[in-house]
Amino acid sequence: MSYSYTIRHHVYSFPDLKSVLAKASPFRTGDALAGLAAESNMERVAAQFVLSEIPLKDFLNEAIIPYEEDEVTRLIMDTHDAVAFQEISGFTVGDLRNWLLSHEVDSQKLAQIAKALTPEMVAAVSKLMRNQDLIAVAQKCEVVTQFRNTIGKKGHLSVRLQPNHPTDDLRGIAASIVDGLLYGSGDAVIGINPVTDSVDIVGDQLKMMDEIRQRFDIPTQICVLCHLTTSLELLKKAPIDLVFQSIGGTEKTNASFGINLSMLQEAYEGALELKRGTLGNNLMYFETGQGSSLSANAHWGVDQQTCEARAYAVARHFNPLLVNSVVGFIGPEYLYDGKQITRAGLEDHFCGKLMGLPMGMDVCYTNHAEADQDDMDNLLTLLGVAGCNFIMGVPGSDDVMLNYQSTSFHDALYVRKVLNKKPAPEFEKWLRNMGILDEMGNRLAVEPSHRLLKNL
Amino acid sequence: MKEEQSKPTIRDPWENLKEFTNARIALGSVGNAIPLNEVLQLKFAHAHSKDAIITELDVVALKKEMQSWGYPIWEVKSQASDRAEYLKRPDLGRILDKTSEALLRKNKYSLDIIFVLADGLSAGAVNQNALPLLQLLLPQLQGYSIGFVTATMARVALGDAIGSALNAKFVVLFIGERPGLSSPESMGIYTTYAPKLGLTDERRNCISNIHSNGLNYQHATSLAGYLIRQSFAKQISGVDIKINLKELLED
Repeated sequence: MSYSYTIRHHVYSFPDLKSVLAKASPFRTGDALAGLAAESNMERVAAQFVLSEIPLKDFLNEAIIPYEEDEVTRLIMDTHDAVAFQEISGFTVGDLRNWLLSHEVDSQKLAQIAKALTPEMVAAVSKLMRNQDLIAVAQKCEVVTQFRNTIGKKGHLSVRLQPNHPTDDLRGIAASIVDGLLYGSGDAVIGINPVTDSVDIVGDQLKMMDEIRQRFDIPTQICVLCHLTTSLELLKKAPIDLVFQSIGGTEKTNASFGINLSMLQEAYEGALELKRGTLGNNLMYFETGQGSSLSANAHWGVDQQTCEARAYAVARHFNPLLVNSVVGFIGPEYLYDGKQITRAGLEDHFCGKLMGLPMGMDVCYTNHAEADQDDMDNLLTLLGVAGCNFIMGVPGSDDVMLNYQSTSFHDALYVRKVLNKKPAPEFEKWLRNMGILDEMGNRLAVEPSHRLLKNL
Repeated sequence: MKEEQSKPTIRDPWENLKEFTNARIALGSVGNAIPLNEVLQLKFAHAHSKDAIITELDVVALKKEMQSWGYPIWEVKSQASDRAEYLKRPDLGRILDKTSEALLRKNKYSLDIIFVLADGLSAGAVNQNALPLLQLLLPQLQGYSIGFVTATMARVALGDAIGSALNAKFVVLFIGERPGLSSPESMGIYTTYAPKLGLTDERRNCISNIHSNGLNYQHATSLAGYLIRQSFAKQISGVDIKINLKELLED
C-alpha cells in the first residue's frame, strides 16, 4: 500500500510501509549506506507525519518482509496476541505514542499489551518519539527475570562482568573476574567472549568460572559467549548455565550467524533439561545490534532500527534471562557518532522493554567512531534513568580482546550511586557478606587478606 | 602526579594480578571513580588510536624505496574523497576512482603478484611495517613477476579492483587495521588468487595483528610466503587454503 503526505503544496509519496518506516527514521549512516534514508530533512518529517496516521492494523495486513520467505515474519505474525490487541486495535501509530505516554498506562498495562505489539509497530512508534519519550515509557516498564538471582526489578541495575583476555588465558580471565567482583559487578552474568570458539577452550572456561562461583557461593550465573552449536556440544560435558547467541531480525541475518529458530529451540530445550537455575528458568542470553542485517546483506530494504526490533521478536520467543544490544560496536558506517549511538541505544532499550524483554545495553564505541568516554557517560546515565536492566562491566572500560571501549566496573558504581540503584537483591546480600559493599551500598576498602584474593 | 600521597585515592591490594593480563585491573578508586592518572592513560591511548585513523600513507617515501628495488609501481585512490566519507561509505573505498582505473588499465606487464600498500584504518601501520616485511619476503619470490601499488582511502576489497584492472594473477594487500587501544598501528595482509570484482571474504586469506607487540615480521613473512606458494600450487585462495601448521613448519 502506498502513502503520501502534502505539506506546503509539496506531495511526498512513499511506495509502501517499509519505505515510510525507513524514511521516518532519525538519520543514521547505516540507512544512508543502504540507500534507504530520507533524502532531505523535510522528507523525513513528512514520513513521520504519514507514519503517525497509519493504523496499527496495517502492520498486521502488510508484512514488510514476505511471510512465505522469512521465518521471523512467520514467528511475528503467528504469535501475535490478537486478544490483547483489541484494546489498541483502533489506534494509529501516533495514538499509540500518546497512549504510551499517558498517566493511566503503567507497568502492568504495558506488560499486558507487550505481545499485542509487533516489532514493526514498536519500531514505528519509536520513530515518532523524542529521546525523553523513549526514556519516559521505558522507565514505566518492569521486566523481571530469574536464574540464580533476580534481575530487572525497579530500583536495581545489574552488571555483566566481561573478563575477556586476548589469548583466552584462564589466569588472566580469573584476574579480571576477581577485579570485577571486588568492584561489585557480576550479578547479570559473568560472561566471557572467547577468542577461539572451540569445545575444549569454552569447556575449560566454563569449568573455571563454575569453580569460582561454587567456591565463593556467588548467587549469579556464568556464560561463555560462544556459538550456539558449541554450547549444544557442551550441554552434557560442561556446566552450562546460559546459552548465548547473537541474533538478527531476518531469517537471512540469522543464517549468516549460522542459526535458525529450530536450532534456538533445540538449545533452549536442552539447557532447560539441565535444571541448573535455582530461582527461575530464564536461561537464554541474546545479543543484537542495529546494522547486522545490512552487514549480512539480509535487510530486504528494511531500515536498520526496524530490523533490530524484529530481532527482539526472536528473543522473546525463548524467555531470555538477558538481552542486550551492542549498540556502538558495529562502527561508524552504521552509527557514526555519539549522537547516533545515543539515539540508537535509547531506541533499542525502549523497543526491547516494550516488547517485554529484559533489556540491557553494551554502552560502547569503537575507535573509528566519532565518540568518546563522555558520550558513554551520557548514554549510561540516560539508560540508568530509563531503567535499563543491566550494563557491561569491563576492567577500566577497555576490552583488550575485542578492541573497543564499553562501561567499566567503576562506571557501574557511578550510575548506581547517582540514581540510587542496587545490584540484584541476592547478589547485593552476597556483596555485603563478603565485605565488598556496606549497608548504604558504598564500596568498602578491600584488605589484602580478603577471601577472594587469598584463595586464588 | 602524586597519586599515592593524595588521600582520597585508594589502591587495590591485588596489583600482583596484573602479571596475568593486560586488562586494566586493580586501577584503584577515588570515590567511585577511576583515579585521574588512569583516566588520562586511557585518554592518551584513545587519542593515539584516533590519530592513527587520520594518519596518511607516506606515498612519497614508500614509492621512493620501492622504485629503488626496480619494480613497476602505480599510485591509486578509491572513490572516497576524504576520511569522513571513507568512514561512512565503505562501499566507495572498494571502488577505484576513474583516473586510477584508467591508469591501471594501460598496464602492459604480465604480472604474477601485485603488492598493494593500502592505508585502511591506520596508515601508520603500513608506513611502519610494510617495507621491513617486504625486505624479508621478496627474496623468497624469485621467478615471479612482481609490481607495486600504493592505494589511499582503501578498503580490503579495493585489492580486487586493482588486481583485475592490472590483470594480475595474485594480490597481496597490506592494510592498516582498525586501531585498538593497545595496538594502534596494527597491519593486516590479505591475499587473493585470481582477483576480480565482487569477491567476498571466503575467497581471501588473512594474516592479522602484525605490529610491535603482535605477530613479528619473521612469522608474518613465513605465513605470507606459505599462502603465496599454496595459492599458486592450487590456483585458489580463501577458505579452500587451510593453514596446515605442520606443513608450514616443514615448508
